[in-house]
Amino acid sequence: MIESSTLPRLMHEASSRPLSLAQHEQTFAAATPIGSLLEELEASGLAGRGGAGFPTSVKVRFIHDQRSLHKYVVVNAMEGEPASHKDQSLLNTHPHLVLDGAEYLAGLVGAKNIAVCVARDNRSGINAMERAIHERARRSLRGPKLDLHTPPQRYVAGEESALTHWLDDNESLPQFRRTRPHVLRIGHAPVLVQNAETLANVALIGRFGASWYRGLGTSNSPGSTLVSVSGAVAHPIVMETELGTPLRTILNYADADSDPQALLLGGYGGSWLSGEHLDTPYCNEELAPLGVSVGAGVLVVLPRKACGIVETQRVVQWMANESARQCGPCAFGLPALADGLRHVARPTGDATLALQRLEERCDVIKGRGACHHPDGVVRLVRSALQVFEKDVARHVQGDACKGSLDSRHYAAIPQLERAEELVWE
Amino acid sequence: MGVRRRTGLFVLQVNPILCDGFGHCAELAPELVTIDEWGYPIIRTAPVSLSDTGAYQSARYAERGCPRQALRIQRFNEK
Repeated sequence: MIESSTLPRLMHEASSRPLSLAQHEQTFAAATPIGSLLEELEASGLAGRGGAGFPTSVKVRFIHDQRSLHKYVVVNAMEGEPASHKDQSLLNTHPHLVLDGAEYLAGLVGAKNIAVCVARDNRSGINAMERAIHERARRSLRGPKLDLHTPPQRYVAGEESALTHWLDDNESLPQFRRTRPHVLRIGHAPVLVQNAETLANVALIGRFGASWYRGLGTSNSPGSTLVSVSGAVAHPIVMETELGTPLRTILNYADADSDPQALLLGGYGGSWLSGEHLDTPYCNEELAPLGVSVGAGVLVVLPRKACGIVETQRVVQWMANESARQCGPCAFGLPALADGLRHVARPTGDATLALQRLEERCDVIKGRGACHHPDGVVRLVRSALQVFEKDVARHVQGDACKGSLDSRHYAAIPQLERAEELVWE
Repeated sequence: MGVRRRTGLFVLQVNPILCDGFGHCAELAPELVTIDEWGYPIIRTAPVSLSDTGAYQSARYAERGCPRQALRIQRFNEK
Protein backbone atom coordinates (compact mmCIF):
# COMPACT_ATOMS: atom_id res chain seq x y z
CA MET A 1 0.00 0.00 0.00
CA ILE A 2 1.34 3.40 -0.99
CA GLU A 3 0.84 6.10 1.62
CA SER A 4 -1.63 8.80 0.63
CA SER A 5 0.81 11.66 1.03
CA THR A 6 3.99 10.15 -0.45
CA LEU A 7 4.95 11.33 -3.84
CA PRO A 8 5.99 8.63 -6.26
CA ARG A 9 2.56 7.31 -7.10
CA LEU A 10 2.58 6.69 -10.82
CA MET A 11 6.33 6.21 -10.71
CA HIS A 12 6.21 4.06 -7.58
CA GLU A 13 9.05 1.50 -7.65
CA ALA A 14 9.85 2.47 -11.20
CA SER A 15 12.87 0.75 -12.67
CA SER A 16 14.44 0.69 -16.07
CA ARG A 17 12.29 -2.27 -17.13
CA PRO A 18 8.52 -2.45 -17.36
CA LEU A 19 7.02 -4.24 -14.37
CA SER A 20 5.65 -7.69 -15.07
CA LEU A 21 2.08 -8.51 -14.11
CA ALA A 22 3.11 -10.37 -10.95
CA GLN A 23 5.41 -7.56 -9.82
CA HIS A 24 2.73 -5.03 -10.64
CA GLU A 25 0.09 -6.78 -8.57
CA GLN A 26 2.49 -7.03 -5.66
CA THR A 27 3.48 -3.35 -5.90
CA PHE A 28 -0.01 -1.93 -6.22
CA ALA A 29 -1.86 -4.31 -3.94
CA ALA A 30 -5.39 -3.08 -3.37
CA ALA A 31 -6.21 -2.16 0.22
CA THR A 32 -9.97 -2.46 0.30
CA PRO A 33 -12.27 -2.76 -2.68
CA ILE A 34 -14.07 0.52 -3.20
CA GLY A 35 -17.80 0.83 -3.72
CA SER A 36 -18.76 2.54 -6.92
CA LEU A 37 -15.91 3.58 -9.22
CA LEU A 38 -17.99 6.27 -10.90
CA GLU A 39 -18.79 7.94 -7.58
CA GLU A 40 -15.18 7.67 -6.49
CA LEU A 41 -14.06 9.25 -9.78
CA GLU A 42 -16.47 12.11 -9.22
CA ALA A 43 -15.29 12.60 -5.67
CA SER A 44 -11.64 12.46 -6.69
CA GLY A 45 -12.00 15.39 -9.12
CA LEU A 46 -9.57 13.80 -11.58
CA ALA A 47 -9.03 15.91 -14.69
CA GLY A 48 -7.82 14.44 -17.97
CA ARG A 49 -4.06 14.58 -18.43
CA GLY A 50 -4.05 14.66 -22.22
CA GLY A 51 -4.05 18.45 -22.47
CA ALA A 52 -7.62 19.69 -22.28
CA GLY A 53 -7.96 18.97 -18.55
CA PHE A 54 -11.59 17.92 -18.89
CA PRO A 55 -13.10 16.22 -15.80
CA THR A 56 -12.79 12.48 -16.34
CA SER A 57 -15.93 11.57 -14.44
CA VAL A 58 -18.10 13.75 -16.72
CA LYS A 59 -16.69 12.07 -19.81
CA VAL A 60 -17.05 8.59 -18.34
CA ARG A 61 -20.62 9.24 -17.27
CA PHE A 62 -21.45 10.55 -20.73
CA ILE A 63 -20.29 7.34 -22.40
CA HIS A 64 -21.77 5.27 -19.57
CA ASP A 65 -25.20 6.75 -20.35
CA GLN A 66 -25.03 5.87 -24.04
CA ARG A 67 -27.12 2.82 -24.82
CA SER A 68 -25.24 0.49 -27.06
CA LEU A 69 -24.41 -3.20 -27.34
CA HIS A 70 -20.76 -2.50 -28.10
CA LYS A 71 -18.51 0.13 -26.69
CA TYR A 72 -14.81 0.81 -26.90
CA VAL A 73 -12.26 2.19 -24.50
CA VAL A 74 -9.30 3.72 -26.31
CA VAL A 75 -5.99 4.17 -24.52
CA ASN A 76 -4.37 7.24 -26.02
CA ALA A 77 -0.60 6.85 -25.63
CA MET A 78 0.15 8.56 -28.94
CA GLU A 79 2.06 11.48 -27.45
CA GLY A 80 2.43 13.69 -30.51
CA GLU A 81 4.11 16.47 -28.54
CA PRO A 82 7.85 16.21 -29.30
CA ALA A 83 8.70 17.72 -25.91
CA SER A 84 6.51 15.33 -23.94
CA HIS A 85 7.72 11.90 -22.87
CA LYS A 86 5.35 11.12 -20.02
CA ASP A 87 3.28 8.44 -21.73
CA GLN A 88 6.37 6.73 -23.02
CA SER A 89 7.97 6.63 -19.58
CA LEU A 90 4.70 5.36 -18.13
CA LEU A 91 4.54 2.56 -20.70
CA ASN A 92 8.17 1.71 -20.03
CA THR A 93 7.67 1.45 -16.27
CA HIS A 94 4.05 0.61 -15.46
CA PRO A 95 2.20 -0.64 -18.54
CA HIS A 96 -0.11 -2.71 -16.35
CA LEU A 97 -1.23 0.33 -14.40
CA VAL A 98 -2.48 1.88 -17.64
CA LEU A 99 -4.19 -1.35 -18.68
CA ASP A 100 -5.75 -1.70 -15.22
CA GLY A 101 -7.32 1.74 -15.55
CA ALA A 102 -8.60 0.86 -19.01
CA GLU A 103 -10.12 -2.38 -17.71
CA TYR A 104 -11.80 -0.60 -14.80
CA LEU A 105 -13.35 1.94 -17.16
CA ALA A 106 -14.32 -0.77 -19.63
CA GLY A 107 -16.13 -2.56 -16.85
CA LEU A 108 -17.77 0.68 -15.79
CA VAL A 109 -19.09 1.81 -19.18
CA GLY A 110 -19.68 -1.73 -20.42
CA ALA A 111 -17.04 -1.88 -23.15
CA LYS A 112 -16.06 -5.19 -24.66
CA ASN A 113 -12.97 -3.90 -26.43
CA ILE A 114 -9.97 -1.92 -25.36
CA ALA A 115 -7.83 -0.44 -28.12
CA VAL A 116 -4.36 0.58 -26.99
CA CYS A 117 -2.86 3.13 -29.38
CA VAL A 118 0.87 3.70 -29.38
CA ALA A 119 2.57 5.70 -32.10
CA ARG A 120 4.33 3.63 -34.75
CA ASP A 121 7.77 5.12 -34.12
CA ASN A 122 7.71 4.48 -30.39
CA ARG A 123 9.35 1.03 -30.52
CA SER A 124 10.04 0.65 -26.80
CA GLY A 125 6.48 1.63 -25.92
CA ILE A 126 5.08 -0.87 -28.41
CA ASN A 127 7.31 -3.63 -27.03
CA ALA A 128 6.32 -2.94 -23.43
CA MET A 129 2.63 -2.85 -24.33
CA GLU A 130 2.82 -6.02 -26.43
CA ARG A 131 4.39 -7.84 -23.52
CA ALA A 132 1.86 -6.53 -21.04
CA ILE A 133 -1.09 -7.47 -23.25
CA HIS A 134 0.38 -10.92 -23.79
CA GLU A 135 0.72 -11.44 -20.02
CA ARG A 136 -2.91 -10.48 -19.52
CA ALA A 137 -4.17 -12.70 -22.32
CA ARG A 138 -2.67 -15.70 -20.53
CA ARG A 139 -4.30 -14.68 -17.28
CA SER A 140 -7.93 -14.49 -18.23
CA LEU A 141 -10.24 -14.75 -21.20
CA ARG A 142 -13.18 -13.18 -19.44
CA GLY A 143 -12.19 -9.54 -19.47
CA PRO A 144 -12.49 -7.06 -22.31
CA LYS A 145 -10.49 -7.83 -25.42
CA LEU A 146 -7.19 -5.95 -25.58
CA ASP A 147 -5.75 -4.90 -28.92
CA LEU A 148 -2.63 -2.94 -29.73
CA HIS A 149 -2.86 -0.42 -32.57
CA THR A 150 -0.03 1.60 -34.06
CA PRO A 151 -1.23 4.74 -35.84
CA PRO A 152 1.28 6.93 -37.65
CA GLN A 153 3.42 9.31 -35.63
CA ARG A 154 1.86 12.68 -36.38
CA TYR A 155 0.91 15.54 -34.11
CA VAL A 156 -2.80 15.50 -34.91
CA ALA A 157 -3.00 11.68 -34.97
CA GLY A 158 -3.38 11.72 -31.19
CA GLU A 159 -6.41 14.00 -31.33
CA GLU A 160 -9.40 11.96 -30.18
CA SER A 161 -11.48 12.15 -33.34
CA ALA A 162 -8.42 11.39 -35.48
CA LEU A 163 -7.62 8.41 -33.30
CA THR A 164 -11.19 7.14 -33.49
CA HIS A 165 -11.24 7.67 -37.23
CA TRP A 166 -8.00 5.68 -37.50
CA LEU A 167 -9.54 2.76 -35.60
CA ASP A 168 -12.72 3.05 -37.65
CA ASP A 169 -11.35 3.75 -41.10
CA ASN A 170 -7.51 3.55 -41.08
CA GLU A 171 -7.07 7.25 -41.66
CA SER A 172 -5.77 9.35 -38.79
CA LEU A 173 -7.42 12.63 -39.71
CA PRO A 174 -9.45 14.76 -37.30
CA GLN A 175 -13.19 14.86 -37.97
CA PHE A 176 -15.68 17.71 -37.87
CA ARG A 177 -18.10 17.60 -34.94
CA ARG A 178 -21.16 19.73 -35.51
CA THR A 179 -22.41 19.72 -31.94
CA ARG A 180 -20.66 19.23 -28.64
CA PRO A 181 -20.61 17.07 -26.62
CA HIS A 182 -20.24 14.63 -29.45
CA VAL A 183 -20.18 10.84 -29.19
CA LEU A 184 -17.25 9.49 -31.17
CA ARG A 185 -18.01 6.11 -32.68
CA ILE A 186 -16.22 3.12 -34.15
CA GLY A 187 -18.88 1.67 -36.43
CA HIS A 188 -21.91 2.23 -34.24
CA ALA A 189 -20.09 1.71 -30.95
CA PRO A 190 -19.49 4.75 -28.70
CA VAL A 191 -15.85 5.32 -27.82
CA LEU A 192 -14.28 6.53 -24.59
CA VAL A 193 -10.85 7.99 -25.37
CA GLN A 194 -8.58 8.53 -22.39
CA ASN A 195 -4.96 9.51 -22.08
CA ALA A 196 -2.59 6.85 -20.70
CA GLU A 197 -1.69 8.93 -17.65
CA THR A 198 -5.35 9.55 -16.87
CA LEU A 199 -5.94 5.81 -16.96
CA ALA A 200 -3.04 5.17 -14.61
CA ASN A 201 -4.65 7.63 -12.19
CA VAL A 202 -8.00 5.88 -12.65
CA ALA A 203 -6.29 2.61 -11.70
CA LEU A 204 -4.99 4.20 -8.50
CA ILE A 205 -8.42 5.65 -7.64
CA GLY A 206 -10.00 2.27 -8.37
CA ARG A 207 -7.63 0.64 -5.89
CA PHE A 208 -7.32 3.15 -3.10
CA GLY A 209 -10.34 5.42 -3.44
CA ALA A 210 -10.97 9.13 -3.80
CA SER A 211 -9.99 10.27 -0.32
CA TRP A 212 -6.60 8.59 -0.73
CA TYR A 213 -6.22 10.29 -4.11
CA ARG A 214 -6.95 13.70 -2.63
CA GLY A 215 -4.05 13.29 -0.20
CA LEU A 216 -1.87 15.15 -2.69
CA GLY A 217 -2.50 18.29 -4.71
CA THR A 218 -4.83 21.24 -4.22
CA SER A 219 -8.56 21.00 -3.66
CA ASN A 220 -9.42 22.02 -7.23
CA SER A 221 -6.73 19.98 -8.95
CA PRO A 222 -5.95 17.00 -6.75
CA GLY A 223 -3.35 14.33 -7.27
CA SER A 224 0.02 14.23 -8.89
CA THR A 225 1.05 14.64 -12.49
CA LEU A 226 3.93 13.75 -14.76
CA VAL A 227 5.95 16.69 -16.09
CA SER A 228 8.41 16.47 -18.98
CA VAL A 229 11.05 19.12 -18.44
CA SER A 230 13.32 19.97 -21.36
CA GLY A 231 15.15 22.95 -22.84
CA ALA A 232 17.86 24.56 -20.71
CA VAL A 233 18.28 21.58 -18.37
CA ALA A 234 21.18 19.24 -17.71
CA HIS A 235 19.16 16.25 -18.91
CA PRO A 236 15.57 16.29 -20.15
CA ILE A 237 13.60 14.31 -17.57
CA VAL A 238 10.11 13.13 -16.80
CA MET A 239 9.28 13.64 -13.15
CA GLU A 240 6.21 13.24 -11.02
CA THR A 241 5.09 16.24 -9.01
CA GLU A 242 2.23 17.13 -6.78
CA LEU A 243 -0.15 19.56 -8.46
CA GLY A 244 0.28 22.96 -6.83
CA THR A 245 4.06 22.72 -6.46
CA PRO A 246 5.73 26.06 -7.25
CA LEU A 247 7.38 26.10 -10.67
CA ARG A 248 10.70 27.04 -9.05
CA THR A 249 10.75 23.80 -7.07
CA ILE A 250 10.11 21.78 -10.22
CA LEU A 251 12.93 23.57 -12.03
CA ASN A 252 15.30 23.05 -9.10
CA TYR A 253 14.50 19.38 -8.98
CA ALA A 254 15.03 19.04 -12.73
CA ASP A 255 18.38 20.82 -12.38
CA ALA A 256 17.27 23.51 -14.83
CA ASP A 257 18.35 27.09 -15.42
CA SER A 258 17.23 28.83 -12.22
CA ASP A 259 16.71 32.25 -13.84
CA PRO A 260 14.96 31.48 -17.16
CA GLN A 261 13.66 34.06 -19.57
CA ALA A 262 10.40 32.17 -20.11
CA LEU A 263 8.78 28.77 -19.82
CA LEU A 264 6.68 27.03 -22.43
CA LEU A 265 3.85 25.30 -20.61
CA GLY A 266 1.26 22.86 -21.84
CA GLY A 267 2.95 21.72 -25.03
CA TYR A 268 3.48 23.13 -28.48
CA GLY A 269 -0.12 24.27 -28.56
CA GLY A 270 0.32 25.86 -25.14
CA SER A 271 1.62 29.24 -24.13
CA TRP A 272 4.73 30.99 -22.90
CA LEU A 273 4.98 32.10 -19.31
CA SER A 274 7.36 34.90 -18.41
CA GLY A 275 10.24 34.04 -16.06
CA GLU A 276 8.88 36.50 -13.45
CA HIS A 277 6.10 34.10 -12.50
CA LEU A 278 8.34 31.31 -11.23
CA ASP A 279 6.64 31.20 -7.83
CA THR A 280 3.25 30.36 -9.33
CA PRO A 281 1.94 26.98 -8.21
CA TYR A 282 1.80 24.42 -11.01
CA CYS A 283 -1.95 23.84 -11.27
CA ASN A 284 -4.66 25.06 -13.60
CA GLU A 285 -6.55 27.39 -11.26
CA GLU A 286 -3.41 29.38 -10.40
CA LEU A 287 -2.05 29.44 -13.95
CA ALA A 288 -5.35 30.34 -15.64
CA PRO A 289 -5.21 34.09 -14.70
CA LEU A 290 -1.84 34.22 -16.46
CA GLY A 291 -3.36 32.71 -19.59
CA VAL A 292 -1.47 29.44 -19.19
CA SER A 293 -2.57 25.90 -18.46
CA VAL A 294 -0.90 22.69 -17.34
CA GLY A 295 -1.92 21.05 -20.61
CA ALA A 296 -0.04 17.87 -21.43
CA GLY A 297 2.56 18.45 -18.71
CA VAL A 298 5.27 19.92 -20.92
CA LEU A 299 7.76 22.42 -19.49
CA VAL A 300 10.35 23.86 -21.87
CA VAL A 301 12.88 26.12 -20.16
CA LEU A 302 14.12 29.03 -22.26
CA PRO A 303 17.31 30.68 -20.93
CA ARG A 304 18.04 34.41 -21.04
CA LYS A 305 20.51 34.09 -23.87
CA ALA A 306 17.99 32.55 -26.28
CA CYS A 307 15.53 34.37 -28.52
CA GLY A 308 11.89 33.56 -27.84
CA ILE A 309 10.68 34.70 -31.24
CA VAL A 310 13.02 32.37 -33.11
CA GLU A 311 12.04 29.46 -30.86
CA THR A 312 8.35 30.18 -31.44
CA GLN A 313 8.94 30.47 -35.16
CA ARG A 314 10.55 27.03 -35.30
CA VAL A 315 7.72 25.48 -33.30
CA VAL A 316 5.04 27.15 -35.41
CA GLN A 317 6.81 26.10 -38.60
CA TRP A 318 6.77 22.51 -37.44
CA MET A 319 3.15 22.71 -36.27
CA ALA A 320 2.16 24.15 -39.66
CA ASN A 321 3.75 21.16 -41.35
CA GLU A 322 1.93 18.81 -38.98
CA SER A 323 -1.45 20.21 -39.99
CA ALA A 324 -3.68 17.64 -41.68
CA ARG A 325 -4.40 20.15 -44.49
CA GLN A 326 -8.11 19.49 -44.21
CA CYS A 327 -9.40 22.92 -43.25
CA GLY A 328 -8.41 26.00 -45.21
CA PRO A 329 -7.75 28.33 -42.24
CA CYS A 330 -5.32 25.77 -40.81
CA ALA A 331 -3.70 24.64 -44.07
CA PHE A 332 -3.04 28.19 -45.29
CA GLY A 333 -3.14 30.11 -42.04
CA LEU A 334 -0.47 28.27 -40.05
CA PRO A 335 2.23 28.59 -42.75
CA ALA A 336 1.26 32.26 -42.98
CA LEU A 337 1.77 32.61 -39.21
CA ALA A 338 5.18 30.91 -39.45
CA ASP A 339 6.09 33.23 -42.32
CA GLY A 340 4.96 36.27 -40.37
CA LEU A 341 7.06 35.25 -37.38
CA ARG A 342 10.07 34.80 -39.64
CA HIS A 343 9.57 38.32 -40.97
CA VAL A 344 9.42 39.63 -37.40
CA ALA A 345 12.49 37.68 -36.27
CA ARG A 346 14.68 38.59 -39.25
CA PRO A 347 13.10 41.67 -40.80
CA THR A 348 13.59 41.93 -44.55
CA GLY A 349 10.83 44.27 -45.63
CA ASP A 350 8.31 46.23 -43.61
CA ALA A 351 8.46 44.48 -40.23
CA THR A 352 5.78 46.64 -38.60
CA LEU A 353 3.34 45.64 -41.31
CA ALA A 354 4.34 41.98 -40.89
CA LEU A 355 3.66 42.20 -37.16
CA GLN A 356 0.29 43.81 -37.76
CA ARG A 357 -0.66 41.14 -40.32
CA LEU A 358 0.44 38.47 -37.86
CA GLU A 359 -1.89 39.77 -35.16
CA GLU A 360 -4.79 40.08 -37.61
CA ARG A 361 -4.25 36.55 -38.88
CA CYS A 362 -4.30 35.22 -35.31
CA ASP A 363 -7.80 36.68 -34.89
CA VAL A 364 -8.92 35.30 -38.25
CA ILE A 365 -7.68 31.72 -37.75
CA LYS A 366 -8.87 31.15 -34.18
CA GLY A 367 -11.68 28.63 -33.85
CA ARG A 368 -12.10 27.89 -37.55
CA GLY A 369 -10.68 24.40 -37.80
CA ALA A 370 -12.40 21.06 -37.29
CA CYS A 371 -10.05 20.32 -34.39
CA HIS A 372 -8.19 22.60 -31.99
CA HIS A 373 -4.83 22.36 -33.76
CA PRO A 374 -4.97 25.90 -35.23
CA ASP A 375 -6.31 27.30 -31.93
CA GLY A 376 -3.28 25.94 -30.09
CA VAL A 377 -0.86 27.53 -32.55
CA VAL A 378 -2.69 30.85 -32.30
CA ARG A 379 -2.46 30.66 -28.52
CA LEU A 380 1.28 30.04 -28.76
CA VAL A 381 1.85 32.95 -31.16
CA ARG A 382 -0.25 35.36 -29.13
CA SER A 383 1.48 34.47 -25.88
CA ALA A 384 4.88 34.84 -27.59
CA LEU A 385 3.97 38.31 -28.84
CA GLN A 386 2.88 39.20 -25.32
CA VAL A 387 5.70 37.65 -23.27
CA PHE A 388 8.52 38.68 -25.62
CA GLU A 389 6.98 42.10 -26.25
CA LYS A 390 10.23 44.03 -25.79
CA ASP A 391 12.19 41.64 -28.01
CA VAL A 392 9.52 41.91 -30.69
CA ALA A 393 9.77 45.71 -30.62
CA ARG A 394 13.55 45.52 -30.95
CA HIS A 395 13.41 42.98 -33.77
CA VAL A 396 10.89 45.08 -35.66
CA GLN A 397 13.22 48.06 -35.48
CA GLY A 398 15.91 45.93 -37.12
CA ASP A 399 17.93 45.47 -33.94
CA ALA A 400 17.92 41.66 -33.77
CA CYS A 401 19.02 40.18 -30.45
CA LYS A 402 22.14 38.05 -30.18
CA GLY A 403 20.18 34.91 -29.33
CA SER A 404 18.38 34.96 -32.67
CA LEU A 405 21.69 34.46 -34.46
CA ASP A 406 22.65 31.51 -32.27
CA SER A 407 22.33 28.07 -33.82
CA ARG A 408 21.50 26.44 -30.47
CA HIS A 409 17.77 25.86 -29.97
CA TYR A 410 15.82 24.76 -26.92
CA ALA A 411 12.40 23.58 -28.06
CA ALA A 412 12.97 20.11 -29.52
CA ILE A 413 11.67 19.75 -33.07
CA PRO A 414 11.75 16.41 -34.89
CA GLN A 415 13.73 16.49 -38.10
CA LEU A 416 11.57 17.18 -41.12
CA GLU A 417 12.94 14.31 -43.16
CA ARG A 418 10.31 14.12 -45.80
CA ALA A 419 8.37 17.30 -45.32
CA GLU A 420 6.36 16.77 -48.49
CA GLU A 421 5.54 13.14 -47.89
CA LEU A 422 2.98 13.06 -45.10
CA VAL A 423 1.87 9.71 -43.78
CA TRP A 424 -1.72 9.43 -42.67
CA GLU A 425 -2.39 5.73 -43.07
CA MET B 1 -44.52 27.65 -49.32
CA GLY B 2 -45.82 26.64 -45.95
CA VAL B 3 -46.09 28.77 -42.88
CA ARG B 4 -42.64 29.62 -41.56
CA ARG B 5 -42.00 30.04 -37.87
CA ARG B 6 -40.74 33.50 -37.09
CA THR B 7 -39.58 32.81 -33.53
CA GLY B 8 -36.26 31.34 -32.50
CA LEU B 9 -32.71 31.75 -33.69
CA PHE B 10 -30.44 30.30 -36.31
CA VAL B 11 -26.76 30.17 -37.10
CA LEU B 12 -25.11 29.20 -40.34
CA GLN B 13 -22.52 26.48 -39.76
CA VAL B 14 -19.75 25.41 -42.10
CA ASN B 15 -17.96 22.08 -42.10
CA PRO B 16 -14.39 23.34 -42.56
CA ILE B 17 -13.19 19.96 -43.84
CA LEU B 18 -15.67 19.89 -46.70
CA CYS B 19 -15.25 23.58 -47.53
CA ASP B 20 -12.94 24.24 -50.45
CA GLY B 21 -13.29 28.00 -50.55
CA PHE B 22 -15.48 28.43 -53.64
CA GLY B 23 -16.81 31.62 -52.12
CA HIS B 24 -20.39 31.27 -53.30
CA CYS B 25 -21.72 31.75 -49.76
CA ALA B 26 -20.21 35.21 -49.44
CA GLU B 27 -22.05 36.28 -52.58
CA LEU B 28 -25.33 34.65 -51.62
CA ALA B 29 -25.35 35.72 -47.96
CA PRO B 30 -23.18 38.82 -47.67
CA GLU B 31 -24.79 39.84 -44.38
CA LEU B 32 -23.66 36.59 -42.73
CA VAL B 33 -20.43 35.61 -44.46
CA THR B 34 -17.17 37.37 -45.20
CA ILE B 35 -14.18 35.86 -46.93
CA ASP B 36 -10.68 35.68 -45.46
CA GLU B 37 -7.51 36.23 -47.45
CA TRP B 38 -7.37 32.59 -48.56
CA GLY B 39 -10.98 32.54 -49.78
CA TYR B 40 -12.52 30.61 -46.88
CA PRO B 41 -15.70 31.88 -45.23
CA ILE B 42 -15.78 33.66 -41.88
CA ILE B 43 -19.34 33.19 -40.68
CA ARG B 44 -21.03 35.37 -38.12
CA THR B 45 -21.07 33.32 -34.93
CA ALA B 46 -23.72 35.34 -33.10
CA PRO B 47 -27.16 33.71 -33.52
CA VAL B 48 -29.55 35.60 -35.78
CA SER B 49 -33.27 35.86 -35.10
CA LEU B 50 -35.52 33.97 -37.51
CA SER B 51 -37.71 37.05 -37.71
CA ASP B 52 -34.93 38.59 -39.78
CA THR B 53 -36.38 37.00 -42.92
CA GLY B 54 -33.87 38.60 -45.24
CA ALA B 55 -30.92 37.05 -43.44
CA TYR B 56 -32.69 33.71 -43.17
CA GLN B 57 -33.51 33.69 -46.87
CA SER B 58 -29.88 34.44 -47.76
CA ALA B 59 -28.71 31.72 -45.40
CA ARG B 60 -30.99 29.30 -47.25
CA TYR B 61 -29.61 30.42 -50.58
CA ALA B 62 -26.06 29.96 -49.28
CA GLU B 63 -26.90 26.51 -47.95
CA ARG B 64 -28.40 25.47 -51.30
CA GLY B 65 -25.74 27.17 -53.37
CA CYS B 66 -22.66 25.68 -51.71
CA PRO B 67 -20.90 23.47 -54.27
CA ARG B 68 -19.47 21.21 -51.56
CA GLN B 69 -22.66 21.19 -49.46
CA ALA B 70 -20.58 22.27 -46.50
CA LEU B 71 -23.12 24.68 -45.05
CA ARG B 72 -25.95 23.86 -42.72
CA ILE B 73 -28.49 26.08 -40.99
CA GLN B 74 -28.75 25.23 -37.32
CA ARG B 75 -32.05 26.39 -35.85
CA PHE B 76 -32.71 26.50 -32.15
CA ASN B 77 -35.15 28.04 -29.73
CA GLU B 78 -34.34 30.96 -27.52
CA LYS B 79 -33.17 29.98 -24.07
